[in-house]
Amino acid sequence: MGYETQSVRAWRRENGRVGVRNHVIILPVDDISNAACEAVANNVKGTVALPHSYGRLQFGEDLELHFRTMIGTGANPNVAAVVVIGIEPEWTQLIVDGIAKTGKPVEGFSIEQKGDFETIRQASWKAKEFVHWATELQKEDCPLTDLWVSTKCGESDTTTGLSSCPTVGNMYDKLLPHGLYGCFGETSEITGAEHICAERAATPEAGAKFMALFQAYQDEVIEAHKTSDLSDSQPTKGNILGGLTTIEEKALGNLEKIGRTSTYIDALGPAEVPAKGRGLYFMDTSSAAAECVTLMAAAGYVVHTFPTGQGNVIGNPIVPVIKITGNPRTVRTMAEHVDVDVSDVLKGKMTIDQAGDALIAMIIRTANGRAAAAEALGHKEFVMTKLYRSA
Amino acid sequence: MSEEPQLLVHDRADNVGVVVVEGLKAGAEMLCRVTEDNSTFRLVVLDDVPIGHKVALVDLGEGDTAIKYGVDIGRMVGAAGKGRHIHVHNLKTKRW
Repeated sequence: MGYETQSVRAWRRENGRVGVRNHVIILPVDDISNAACEAVANNVKGTVALPHSYGRLQFGEDLELHFRTMIGTGANPNVAAVVVIGIEPEWTQLIVDGIAKTGKPVEGFSIEQKGDFETIRQASWKAKEFVHWATELQKEDCPLTDLWVSTKCGESDTTTGLSSCPTVGNMYDKLLPHGLYGCFGETSEITGAEHICAERAATPEAGAKFMALFQAYQDEVIEAHKTSDLSDSQPTKGNILGGLTTIEEKALGNLEKIGRTSTYIDALGPAEVPAKGRGLYFMDTSSAAAECVTLMAAAGYVVHTFPTGQGNVIGNPIVPVIKITGNPRTVRTMAEHVDVDVSDVLKGKMTIDQAGDALIAMIIRTANGRAAAAEALGHKEFVMTKLYRSA
Repeated sequence: MSEEPQLLVHDRADNVGVVVVEGLKAGAEMLCRVTEDNSTFRLVVLDDVPIGHKVALVDLGEGDTAIKYGVDIGRMVGAAGKGRHIHVHNLKTKRW
């Protein structure tokens, strides 16, 4: 239906990737550098600081995930340039070097032996230089299917499985065959439908990799840490208010997001960059919205589609999060958060095919510059995933 | 498609459906639509059921399996006659 010739006005980055936002970010290596980053962002308009809670005394896989998330966030094509600030120079430089591989401007500053004031002064000059540079970058015509579009649902209810999740699935069924990169995750929320998810792998290897990640989550996270079972957390209290009763029911609705015909070509670790070419990927993530979206953004996804039933309000500092709901009560009570209203699906006045087209139209508008509701409302949830206690 | 349904059912094999309107009262005769094939039927709801919550399409006894999307979504831990509200008070996962 012409999707392969549809283009958007966006920024083609140094490494060839397409970005739909042009952020200059001030990235703290660690929690104690948040204050300096926020001061720089306050000094220099047109920048955004990404404060977070971790980065000290992490080790092993958890430290690797921290670095991968930091570097991936800076490397995301929605980011034009990066100022990195850390307490000490070595980890700061490690992150700077990782981001620099994209070819984009990045500069690091460390606080030790200098103090916040001097660091903020130096970093503010660099941030201002980056803003002048980034604001002169021109958009160009880029194929719609060069976008990387991720998905995760939140505050789900039974209407998400009937309307907003299949809307995302329809979008993927239409765009993935033309070369879109897709991503879904939420390992815990596939519980009860893992056999169905395994069957949706494009190859036996991808399916086996998914099942290994799923089983590791059951064994290493749930079995290791549960006090009774997950029934106080999954479904969530909000899910239950919305009518979802069991994790199986929630999982089946969740999987509607990958459509009818789409299959995933690989199963990724958290924040891992897809490496098998164009297509759909599963990512091993938490089902907590901000953690999941942060990980997918760090893997390079530039637009996020977010079906919600009861009304989740999440956003992200660098990626527009498009909210889709089919629940007419949520449309009525939380209209300021809704980008795509598909409540007519429940009334029989809109087909899933039409809803998918409405979402594609909104992805195009968002890529062209329309602020998503979460952006207009200032939602910038940036949440690092932590695998275990620090040293 | 002119009349709006009050209840949607994913799959013909399902024994539960989802209320898609607000303020549904016990005794209402619902237009029910199966999204798989757009077939319709009528069913009287016997409880006040909020939007998004489930209704039994057949008489379900304790121990029966609830089917939605054509798939097992859990075990009835209490009986629910046809037209009754189904939720955490009478349905539980088999997983935990």
